[in-house]
Amino acid sequence: MKKKPEKTKIKKILESSRRDFLKKVGLVGAASVAGASAVYSGYRYEKSKSPGDTIKVLTEDNRLVEIPRDQVKDYEPDLKVLQTRGREGIKGKRWIWVIDLSKCRNARKCVEACQAAHHLRPYEYHINTLIMQESVNTPAFFMPKPCQHCDNPPCVSVCPVDATFKRQDGAVLIDNKRCIGCRFCMAACPYSARIFHWQEPLAVQGDKGKEYDVELNIPQAKGTITKCLLSSDMLRKGQLPYCVTACPNGVFYFGDEYENAVTNGTTKETVNLKELLEKNGAYRLLTELGTQPRVYYLPPKNRLFEFKKDPDVEYKEFT
Amino acid sequence: MAESSFDTGKDLERLDSVSSDILRSVRLSKGFKIWMGILIIGLGICLYAYTIQLRKGLGVTGMRDFTSWGMYIANFVFFVGTSLVGMLISSVLGLIGVKWIKPIGRIAEIIAVAFAAVAGLVIISDMGRPDRLPYVFLFGRVQSPILWDVTVVVTYFVLSLLLWFLPMIPDLAIARTRINDRPGFLIKAYKLLSFKWIDHEEQYRILNRAVRVLLILIIPMAFAIHTVTSWLFAVNPRTGWDSTIFGPYFISGAFVSGTAAVIIAMYFFRVNYNLQKYLTSDHFDKIARIMVLVSIVYIYFNLNEFLVPWYKTKTQDAIHLEDLFMGGHALLFWGVQLLGLLIPVILMLFRRMRRPFPMLLISIAMLTGAWLKRFLIVVPPQAHPNLPIQKVPVEWMVYKPTLNEILVTAASFIIVLIIVTLLSKFFPVIPIREMVSDFPEAGSENQPEPKISNA
Repeated sequence: MKKKPEKTKIKKILESSRRDFLKKVGLVGAASVAGASAVYSGYRYEKSKSPGDTIKVLTEDNRLVEIPRDQVKDYEPDLKVLQTRGREGIKGKRWIWVIDLSKCRNARKCVEACQAAHHLRPYEYHINTLIMQESVNTPAFFMPKPCQHCDNPPCVSVCPVDATFKRQDGAVLIDNKRCIGCRFCMAACPYSARIFHWQEPLAVQGDKGKEYDVELNIPQAKGTITKCLLSSDMLRKGQLPYCVTACPNGVFYFGDEYENAVTNGTTKETVNLKELLEKNGAYRLLTELGTQPRVYYLPPKNRLFEFKKDPDVEYKEFT
Repeated sequence: MAESSFDTGKDLERLDSVSSDILRSVRLSKGFKIWMGILIIGLGICLYAYTIQLRKGLGVTGMRDFTSWGMYIANFVFFVGTSLVGMLISSVLGLIGVKWIKPIGRIAEIIAVAFAAVAGLVIISDMGRPDRLPYVFLFGRVQSPILWDVTVVVTYFVLSLLLWFLPMIPDLAIARTRINDRPGFLIKAYKLLSFKWIDHEEQYRILNRAVRVLLILIIPMAFAIHTVTSWLFAVNPRTGWDSTIFGPYFISGAFVSGTAAVIIAMYFFRVNYNLQKYLTSDHFDKIARIMVLVSIVYIYFNLNEFLVPWYKTKTQDAIHLEDLFMGGHALLFWGVQLLGLLIPVILMLFRRMRRPFPMLLISIAMLTGAWLKRFLIVVPPQAHPNLPIQKVPVEWMVYKPTLNEILVTAASFIIVLIIVTLLSKFFPVIPIREMVSDFPEAGSENQPEPKISNA
């Protein structure tokens, strides 16, 4: 119906010496027709969503409720919610971490994934792979060293303002909105697990305006502490920590002590926790200090690869 | 008029001569203005360094993740420790009834007030977020030794201030009538601060009782401030700090540095304010003996602190002690122990060395040694953590203080000097009243050494 007049118009335009003018008129005409029809169809669509069009939603307290479809929006927790849930932890869980030293080949993928997630510089570590050797007669091995998330954490004891705290799910977190930068926790930590922002953090510009999530510790802040957070933001989503999934060699097992099960981050194989610890002679670091770490190590036995020291990288400050 | 207890003309005469001697220096002299000018310019430069730190963060210091407590904390320990001398001299010796110490009591309190006040500032300079200082009071956790430290340092400062000020009220009453040629604000201040003191018996009774209560209260408080300061380290499971004798070790060390600071102040007051008649060479001789005593106690604790772990050589202890005895910190360690402690003690056994000028030099050596010793207590134990330091920039391996950090530390010393100068310049540094009543011969020409009276 619309096309016929247009066609004749085009013919006329081709013949006419005023074709430019008419072309513009034609375009304006076509655009207004299209625009009007779009507005109309939009109006029809809105009208079709009558108040009776609802969806069913399960609330936090397990009630099934009906709400209008047009009022549904994605949930964005505000700072207060992030702080409350971040300090409480995930209910009914008791995270446990098993690190199999016999498999670590110093790929450092865990380090990189962690630094990418938490916006850290290449030498700022929540987790670092250390070269360890007990004596000249014993072989050297690589040891990924995150925060040990102690059950008796010296860092939490000494914090003067409750900036660092122990959650019910076992994680030790740091709230950089509270931290006064006294660094007492660094002095207290026997595992050197904590780092301090001596200058502006790496991604301070890019993170500006982001709501502070204590489970991710982003935005990072100058003059405050940061540390391994057990990737609590991932755990809340029901996923494994950043470093655990990044490992290409199957070094990390992560899970819930209450379930007595840990999952390998690489193979995704879930195994019995007690059996794993028992069969491999698991141990923890510096237990004589009474810190009760939540990270277990399986000894570096039966290594089927050559120990290669990583190339000496020169780390430059504040770059 | 007011001096009801000075009945006889002879006493009044003595009061006149003593107060004119002691109050002579209380004026805005040219030397004072130049000295204050230098201090304030110096302070300005140092505070500029602090603004750089505020802007850029603690990265402008030499502290990094492994040695995360450096010069500032060492300085804090030194300041808290040095302030302890107020308790030792005016309280412990005063309560025992050691009479000759009286002219020195107020000097010791000046040192205590100045160092305790600035200790609080020093700790703020070490904070990553000084703007969040109120959080310590808003969200304070009693489990943290920092809370204990804040509480006791503030209390100790207030008690010291009162112990400096209250016994001075009678002197201010004397001074307000005798400094007519001085600036008006000073006379007004004296009038205000002497609280209408009329030398009444009842006033003395109340004052003496108040001072006595304070003198007793300050003893546990002084032990608390430095014991708690030592616990900032001793509560951490870290080799070099993980010691049960840190409390007494710190306190005995504090008496050494505090006494050294008092002797230095005595020397300068004696010379600059012409107080040779009141701070006699006999006083230097006697305080030197006290210095020997407290130093020997400190040496004893040093023996315990270093020899016992050295005998056992537990892995981490061995690494730490090797660093101190033979490694990177060996020069500093032996320098401090020998030049700052052992040799001065041996020198002070000789009477000739206990005269004012040699004592000034010895005290400067001991005070410097005391500061460096705090550095050795704070820094080296952090350099060798349980797990190796790997894959970090070279600057993170060894702590080297930066110029910025040194300037901010210098600022704390300048503020101490300013407080000491102001307190000693605007107020009598020697208790006038006690000099007149307790030392009938003090200040007279033919009797340079005060004798203990039986009054």
